Amino acid sequence: MRLPIPKRKTVPGVLASFEHIDAATDAIRDLRARGHRDLTVYVSHPNHEIEDALGHTNSPVRLFTLIGGLTGCAAGFGMTIWMSRDWPVLVGGKPIASIPPYVVIAFELTILIGALSTLFAVAFLSLLKAGRKIAYDPRFSDDRIGLFVAARPGDAGALEQSLRDAGAVEVTHAA
Amino acid sequence: MTTSAPELPDFAPKLRLTQSHADVTSDVVATLQTPSRGYYMLLFGAVGMFLVGLITFLILVKDGLGHAGYNPPVMWSVYITTFVFWVGIGHAGTLISAILFLFRSPWRTAVYRATEAMTVFAVMTAGLFPIIHIGRQWIFYWLLPYPNARYLWPNFKSPLIWDVFAISTYLTVSTLFLIFGLIPDVAAVRDRVKGWRKFIYGQLSLGWQGTDTQWRHYSRAYLYMAALATPLVLSVHSVVSWDFASSIVPGWHGTIFAPYFVAGAIYSGIGMVLTLLIPLRKALRIEHMITDYHFDNLSKLTLLTGTILFYAYAMEYFVAWYSGNIFEQTTFFRRAFGPMWWAGWTMIICNAFVSQLLWFRKVRTNLTSLFVISIFINIGMWFERYVIIVSSLSNDYIPWAWDNMNPTWADWCILAGSFGWFGMYFLLFARTFPIVAIQEIKEMIPMPRRRAGGGHH
Repeated sequence: MRLPIPKRKTVPGVLASFEHIDAATDAIRDLRARGHRDLTVYVSHPNHEIEDALGHTNSPVRLFTLIGGLTGCAAGFGMTIWMSRDWPVLVGGKPIASIPPYVVIAFELTILIGALSTLFAVAFLSLLKAGRKIAYDPRFSDDRIGLFVAARPGDAGALEQSLRDAGAVEVTHAA
Repeated sequence: MTTSAPELPDFAPKLRLTQSHADVTSDVVATLQTPSRGYYMLLFGAVGMFLVGLITFLILVKDGLGHAGYNPPVMWSVYITTFVFWVGIGHAGTLISAILFLFRSPWRTAVYRATEAMTVFAVMTAGLFPIIHIGRQWIFYWLLPYPNARYLWPNFKSPLIWDVFAISTYLTVSTLFLIFGLIPDVAAVRDRVKGWRKFIYGQLSLGWQGTDTQWRHYSRAYLYMAALATPLVLSVHSVVSWDFASSIVPGWHGTIFAPYFVAGAIYSGIGMVLTLLIPLRKALRIEHMITDYHFDNLSKLTLLTGTILFYAYAMEYFVAWYSGNIFEQTTFFRRAFGPMWWAGWTMIICNAFVSQLLWFRKVRTNLTSLFVISIFINIGMWFERYVIIVSSLSNDYIPWAWDNMNPTWADWCILAGSFGWFGMYFLLFARTFPIVAIQEIKEMIPMPRRRAGGGHH
């Protein structure tokens, strides 16, 4: 059973499974050197060696966090100042819109909107790549490293052999 | 094919990181098996206590706050005390999950999930108390800035409104932080269980597969969430302390209050962490994951924050004397020798003195003594807030206006209900979700290599 999202297209390719981290990173580097760009690596934990092998740059999540935080800060000051002036009530002889106490509200909203937009960014950026269906194996969340290479059925045979040579313990074809 | 033993990081022996990745998954998934009879008895007790609190609450809604022990001038009492107590409990969880994450403390990994769950449930408990305390609970939303019939907005200069923003932000962010950390672990559980449980965990894992794209965004976002939660947790108890410190009541009006409250909050929270973790690790058979080393470090944090409290207590008395203000001096004299002397000394002994036992390594590594000390901390920190709130209000300015309050059955039943409510959620969580962070433990254990040596950075 799935959530009611449109049926996703299955991508043909080869799914290799590794037990050794250095074998997996060697295979990734080798495939990239031979011009394969459509690689998906599954691993149970964040792993810097795999990130380096894939040549990942920093995630753009940071931009969402920054913009969210600044939006929250502006909203906090904007809301408090506007609401104080909209119905002016003199409290303790202080200015109607007094900035120091409003810093607290602006600070809390900076954190709140910053955190919400950070999580939104992860959902959004991950969903961008979720439009297609790629082979998966439950052992990838345990102790195996998975490497999926998108390939036309004709190229799969050669690819399988090279992945086995690189040290994959299991290679399957996904159509 | 040969396999060379992976090179372990230098903290590995202390944390006993000798398992393989497959061991970590199976050990943690094993904690989700059918629980023992003892678990059901604890859960039954917690639900029972919660029901006592719930019924008391319904009586308060029907009849009003007259059942509680409010007595002028003491119009803040057990409910506000318990509110501050539970908010404080939450702070240790965020310290361990966010602040120690930024410090890259390796010992945080095994304990942070349990403490973060404690944070969320403690803040959920705390949030109920201002609502119970306001008397007309059904209009609590008047605290929020919404366009009501007269377009009358809240007074943003009031610390009570700051509190609404601070507590609701803290609850939201810490809940999301907990759920966010859980997603990869729930996916790991999904891949190990069968039947209807697989379906439930599958839906809860939100389609997590651990692809390089997901990890790339996830790791960064986790770092930023920790970076946002760090100033948040320091701000929340500061704002709570300003509920008191920005008034002019003697005993409340102190500039030391924000750091004093934050240190007290972390101290009380680690006390609760110890109370929960010592039995939990035994019940879930994860003694090899949460070791003496973790408890030693938790004790050192307790000692540090307990010593800050010791300093703050001493400084409060010094400032009361040095201020030359007779109201301030009277309040602090009566705190130690007035009608509530027993509460005042409970606070000083349980917090300032008992924590000093942790200088001894033997005490820090003995779980029985730690558990007993943690109970003293819980009691002491509840009384700290009771003393600050009730004793300060009971002798404010002119002696003819002084009066004492005595907690009634309604106060004690709501307090007991809060422990039931908290315990119920914590027990259900420990049974349903991985209480040890699978993916983060795996991150510390290097994967096997074909070639010998290096590569880890």
